[in-house]
Amino acid sequence: MSDRIFGLFGLALAIFFAWAALQIEESFLSDEVGPKAFPLIIATILGISSIFIALKPDADPEWPSLARLAEILAAVVVMILYAEFLPVAGFVIATAVASAYLTWRLGSPVLSSLLIGVLTSVGIYVVFHLALGLSLARGPLGF
Amino acid sequence: MDVLSNLGDGFVVAFTLQNLGLALLGCFLGTIMGALPGLGPSNGVAILIPLAFTLGLGPTPSLILLTSVYYGAMYGGRISSILLGIPGDEPAMMTVLDGHPMAKKGMAGEALSLSGIASFVGAFIATWGLILLAPQLVKIALLFGPAEYFALFALAFATLGGVSSTNQAKSAFAAMLGLGLAMIGVDTQTGVPRFTFGEVHLYDGLDFLVAIVGLFALSEVFIFLEHRHGGSDASTGQLKLGRLTPPLSMIKQCTPTMLRTSLLGFIAGVLPGAGASLGSFISYSMEKRLVDKEGTFGKGDPRGVAAPEAGNNAAAGGALVPMLALGVPGSGTTAVLLAVLLSLNITPGPLLFANNPDVVWGLIAALFIANFMLLALNIPMVGIFTRVLMVPPRILMPVVAMVSFVGIYGISGSSFDLLVMIGFGVMGWLLRKFDVPLVPIILGTLLGNTMENNLRRAITIDNGDWFTLFDSPLALTLWAIAIIGFIMPLIVGRVVRRKMHERGDEEGAISD
Repeated sequence: MSDRIFGLFGLALAIFFAWAALQIEESFLSDEVGPKAFPLIIATILGISSIFIALKPDADPEWPSLARLAEILAAVVVMILYAEFLPVAGFVIATAVASAYLTWRLGSPVLSSLLIGVLTSVGIYVVFHLALGLSLARGPLGF
Repeated sequence: MDVLSNLGDGFVVAFTLQNLGLALLGCFLGTIMGALPGLGPSNGVAILIPLAFTLGLGPTPSLILLTSVYYGAMYGGRISSILLGIPGDEPAMMTVLDGHPMAKKGMAGEALSLSGIASFVGAFIATWGLILLAPQLVKIALLFGPAEYFALFALAFATLGGVSSTNQAKSAFAAMLGLGLAMIGVDTQTGVPRFTFGEVHLYDGLDFLVAIVGLFALSEVFIFLEHRHGGSDASTGQLKLGRLTPPLSMIKQCTPTMLRTSLLGFIAGVLPGAGASLGSFISYSMEKRLVDKEGTFGKGDPRGVAAPEAGNNAAAGGALVPMLALGVPGSGTTAVLLAVLLSLNITPGPLLFANNPDVVWGLIAALFIANFMLLALNIPMVGIFTRVLMVPPRILMPVVAMVSFVGIYGISGSSFDLLVMIGFGVMGWLLRKFDVPLVPIILGTLLGNTMENNLRRAITIDNGDWFTLFDSPLALTLWAIAIIGFIMPLIVGRVVRRKMHERGDEEGAISD
């Protein structure tokens, strides 16, 4: 069943891709093929393979329980927040928080998660910034 | 003699303190990444690319670092296969069959050192094969026009799913998804924006490094989160090694096996759609049929350890041949290595050998050096790497995620790229659930624009005649191979895949 939905989604994607390809404005200085042809070929094959996936589905994958799914979603949210706050909070603080969260969710006890988070962050800072000279996001405190 | 003088020049390039240091670092990191279950050669190289890039390393040093990681990961995969019975990466799957029983008999040290030697033999022979075969392939590639290149790319996509692929529709889907993603951005020939939907960040197109790191590294983090697999698989008792040198008689017994399987693995690596996993699989199967008279394979036969290890390391070297000579990678990790070349503004293919001989031969010399370093690292010092297996994923995975962020942020310094990477991470997780292969997506984003340019050039040259794509015997041959390569897995794929898994299950039953 999952594959049928996946196939239909793929087909929708192919149609959308083809529609978007047709929206491309042609320049008056175009070559023989133009910017639309190859995307349209891609859309066609994408559509055909999606139809095959929908018609001949594989066995269903093992979907995680709702709780596990929420877990992944929460991790995604944390990562998005990390990406947004990185330039604001600076590398060390943002990274310590994000890695503490991840290691906590992977099963570290609360207190040691905090320690692991800080160590991960400082470790990466020392190796990549101080030793290798990579520029990392600088926060209000200068690190 | 030409080859030898070229190789000599290569050694001159490679023998600088920096390059030797990078090779050593790469070998060390690669072995660790190969050894850790969950981090394979493609993930390992993927995470390190942005770093090598932002550190401002030149083309040759970057390549030396990353190919050392590649060779190292091929060595490292065997460690957890032998000690824990869990393959460290996919090509090391077959090593479990005899390696783990040997470890259980208290011969872990012998199994590790023997497989180290087998890896060395495989990689050594394959590197020679690369030297001899790549220039020949370059001669053929020089005959290619745009139409032939287009056909060659089609061939690469058609065969990338591999002989063991079960669902070719999903391989095709993945390839088209990758090509479609590559179309985003300003069209190089006419200058019109495509699929950007007014988003300025997209005008440059998606950075394929962002896609690679997201798809490979971040999706792995999500997989671990999904299973909440935070504990280490190793316990101290499993990491006892015993003696670290194999008896001479054992090496003698395994020598013919190593030589045969190195050759076989190399060929498997060069052929499109095979790669290291299949290399080790056919090596093991062939040896089992040839020398397993007493039925000891699967019960801890040293030859059953030597065969797949020589095979997969030889295949790793072989896979470099089409990548360097044609610019078309035949396996996941070489696709990632292609990304390295492209992001360094080096176009692999026949011109690489003519224009950048220092890169090619420096790289090949570095492969030899790395191979000797790996032999040294992997036999006397294998104890260090076994400790690495004790690091639990709950600590490792956040580090992987954060290093990925650091690398991508280092390239562009923009949060937008980080968001795109997270998007790719989620997409990678979903697609892995659906059993859609990720490598064609990567290859699609890498080659999409080149492929389109070749198509348009071919047709423009022939004044808009689309049949020019099928006009030359060379192009027709390539199309024929592409079609056969796409259809064959439909027929034999199920059988091969079932066999690969059957063996794994048998072993599972014994170890329980």
